[in-house]
Amino acid sequence: MSTKITNTQVQHIAKLANIPVSDEEAAKLAQGFEKTLETIADLKSIDTAGVTPTSQVTGLENVWREDIADEKRTFTQKEALANAKVTYNGYFVVPRLIKK
Amino acid sequence: MKKDYHLVCGMEVHAELKTESKMFCGCKNDPFGAKEPNIHTCPVCLGMPGALPVANKKAIEWTIKLGLALNCKINLFSKFDRKNYYYPDLPKAYQISQYDLPFCYGGVLETSFGPVGITRIHLEEDTGKLLHKNVDGKDLSLIDFNRSSVPLIEIVTEPDIKSPEQAKEYAKNLRDIIRYLNIGDCDMEQGGMRLEANISLQEDGVEGLPSYKTEVKNINSFRFMEQAIKFEMERQAEILDANGIPPQETRGWDAKKGITFAQRTKEDAADYRYFPDPDLAPIHLTEEFINKLKAELPELPVQICERWQKVFGVETRFSSLMFSLPSEAEWLEKLFVLAQNKNLDSNKLAGSIVNKKFTFNFGDAPEEILKKFAELGQTDEIKDDDLLDAIKKVIANNGDALAKYKAGQTQLLNFFFGQTMKELGKKVDVAQLRKLLETELGK
Amino acid sequence: MLNTLTLKKALDKIAKKELTAKQIIDDVKAEIEKRNGELNAYLTLNDNDTEIGNLENTTLKGLPIAVKDNICTRDLRTTASSTVLDDFKPQYDATISTKLKNAGGYIIGKTNLDAWAHGSSTETSQYGRTLNPRNLEHLPGGSSGGSAAAVAADLCIAALGTETAGSIRQPSAWCGVVGLKPTYGRCSRYGVIAMASSTDSPGPIAKTVEDAAIMLNTIAGHDPYDGTTTTKETPDFTSYLNQDIKGMKIGVIYTELEGLEDVSKILLDQVKVFEKLGATVETVKAMDPHHSIGVYTIVQRGEVSSNLGRFDGIRYGNDRSHFGHEAKNRIMLGTYTLSKGYADQYYNTAQKVRTLYIEDYKRLFEKYDVLISLTSPGFAKKIGASEGSAMFGELEDMLVEPSSIAGLPGISVPCYHDKETNLYLGMNIMAPMYREDLVIKVGDAYEKNSNWNSWRNK
Repeated sequence: MSTKITNTQVQHIAKLANIPVSDEEAAKLAQGFEKTLETIADLKSIDTAGVTPTSQVTGLENVWREDIADEKRTFTQKEALANAKVTYNGYFVVPRLIKK
Repeated sequence: MKKDYHLVCGMEVHAELKTESKMFCGCKNDPFGAKEPNIHTCPVCLGMPGALPVANKKAIEWTIKLGLALNCKINLFSKFDRKNYYYPDLPKAYQISQYDLPFCYGGVLETSFGPVGITRIHLEEDTGKLLHKNVDGKDLSLIDFNRSSVPLIEIVTEPDIKSPEQAKEYAKNLRDIIRYLNIGDCDMEQGGMRLEANISLQEDGVEGLPSYKTEVKNINSFRFMEQAIKFEMERQAEILDANGIPPQETRGWDAKKGITFAQRTKEDAADYRYFPDPDLAPIHLTEEFINKLKAELPELPVQICERWQKVFGVETRFSSLMFSLPSEAEWLEKLFVLAQNKNLDSNKLAGSIVNKKFTFNFGDAPEEILKKFAELGQTDEIKDDDLLDAIKKVIANNGDALAKYKAGQTQLLNFFFGQTMKELGKKVDVAQLRKLLETELGK
Repeated sequence: MLNTLTLKKALDKIAKKELTAKQIIDDVKAEIEKRNGELNAYLTLNDNDTEIGNLENTTLKGLPIAVKDNICTRDLRTTASSTVLDDFKPQYDATISTKLKNAGGYIIGKTNLDAWAHGSSTETSQYGRTLNPRNLEHLPGGSSGGSAAAVAADLCIAALGTETAGSIRQPSAWCGVVGLKPTYGRCSRYGVIAMASSTDSPGPIAKTVEDAAIMLNTIAGHDPYDGTTTTKETPDFTSYLNQDIKGMKIGVIYTELEGLEDVSKILLDQVKVFEKLGATVETVKAMDPHHSIGVYTIVQRGEVSSNLGRFDGIRYGNDRSHFGHEAKNRIMLGTYTLSKGYADQYYNTAQKVRTLYIEDYKRLFEKYDVLISLTSPGFAKKIGASEGSAMFGELEDMLVEPSSIAGLPGISVPCYHDKETNLYLGMNIMAPMYREDLVIKVGDAYEKNSNWNSWRNK
């Protein structure tokens, strides 16, 4: 079984994934996807009717914390911004998002 | 061709919970009180590499409490899911939310226009806050993560809302309940409560739901909500009249211009790629746990008003306006008990309070209030004679209406009522005026 | 040559005041100076020596420990081997970094990995590949290739790695050292740059099973900041060393697989050690590991696509154009398999097959105390082997993937040395959830009763 991945699909995925991809790269990625999906196509041959999916292996439930402001981990403003490339008056900064 | 349509509307309301700490970390939940940006952040709510969430138990309990107050069923098994999308105010590039197993579902909220079905209530985390600004000639968006990961509930209704007025009342009632439960401030201006409406029109006489809907987002007042729905009804009716179908899209509300405007069409609708968050263990609740929360619920305003009607004869049109917190209801109850013991008319008392016949504060001694109320009774603002003069004058000037009244059109009583009020130029004791009017008209 | 000491020997000598941690650190640093240029095991060295000293009463007594570069270390550059984080100095410590420091470990440097831990070769690092110190024409494996190489080349006394499916055990096997992948949830993931959140497990890479047990003691345990860590009590893992394994039941799996005939013969020969010690050993058929490739690929890509979303260059690091080809590949494939209309076909199916593996292990553990397989289908591959193969790691890790997606603990212990190439094979010992005690007990028994371990007498 083979799954065909088109360039348009790759570009759509790239948009969802917020990753800039050139057309050349898209073609290469599409090829890789097809190959990978082919390698794992055996999964579909397995009978999974009535099987519960596992998204957690620990079996833990109801892991929660009490509502206490615990500021041991809270950064100072300076710490919070320490790794940011651009800051302004205590804010993180990006180019304007909403057009005027 | 112009046709007749009726509104089909459902709402999605977001409200922040006022827990001490944030939803998934111990940072202080105080985005509005913060004096500086980015001072209530840590690796978790800043989305640092490797940081992990741990859920706030109280936020879960409060969500369920609201569900119980809205007659919802509670999912005994639920979980948190990741809703993946990119925006600079969302530090992890996914919002922890609930997809297919919300904590609450299948409830109802009453309005005077009829019940509104509650589809679901789920718990999620808020985003950071953006500020758009020009700095040194550059157009920038500034990001403050103090609000990031503040617990946020989303209440989704069935498409049961039939008028803009009902939408407004629904939203107000919902806010009142959230405040009454003391789980959220619902400050609309600050964004503590945010309204969205899914609006479409159906032709009268046609069964079923319309084939499209538009979503109006980011509405921050009840009045705007009402206006936005009215605007959409007109806009959509025009399109439908021209045999078109309004496009499925998200629209914003421009409060200055009083219009909605297109933001995003379905073609580029997001694909959120929900999946269970592997960092958060599922939630498995017991009946016992839910019963405990049920027991902690205060008697709700609607129930209190109904009871007061029965026990004290206080009409709900008064009582529903009298309190917004459990402590206020408790104080009023004491007042009515005392009035009853003294053989005073509790309904009249309630009316005087609502109509601000005297000043009072919650927590004043009930005896003092009753004294003021009694004084009010002794010193009539308008003497019966003056009232009679006015009535007589109105009757004399409206011979036609009098004839019709006498011929059986008793609803004209209200006309005379209004005319007399106008004549007096003052607000009068309704019962007193009605009694005198009926006597005079009957003569 | 104090850098060649095992952790246990070094601790004993410091306790007896025959040596100081400083002397050992100096030798380790000298060796790094000599060899790291060629091996590229370390990306960043810790030049903050003020931490050393006064640590003699601690568990690790100031000894130099290498830490994989996807584990956050406060103020010490942490890149996950990607230029996206080229200049990232975390404002906080991972819980295991804190625990390591509290136990008196001196973080000597941060080790190379496949970028974002995506791979099994350490060739996809954006800072260049690491070489296998046993044979420089070969790869160290990965993704914890830098940590395994640092241990094998005596560039540290012990190391921390992380495993999602083979990333501790496979490079340990290829470099001829011991790698212990704890149960999922035994060691905190808080501050470990997330790859596949439902399988990521930090753990030690060391020279001996005993050293691995000492290291596990320092990093294991419940963490209130990681809600997936176990609340079960953390035992003293060194108490399972030097134990009698008489009467234990051992199942050997995957020896029937096609293409593994030669290496399986070696494994079957080596497990005779256990029979001599009084255990029963049987070969047994487990669920075909080939399907785990699909499960792992889909689950891992899906979680990766979500976990790597946060690297947008706003709060730290560089923007998303800095992702290398492999990361882009994985993020986008995961985006695809989670997207509308495909999630059921891929992600949900994978999670169901995952359940089948878990059930298969339950069945096997009803009969056997531990299960043993080879760690890797063969010896370390030559450099360049991973290039152009989107599924290199998944295929190399096939024998450890089923137990990884099931969350089980496992240890890789060297079980064969090829004199001609100087390369090793690893034996993978697996046990039920939270039974690290069993893998340590059996691994230690094997190591001490076989005849090739190069460090035992140092």
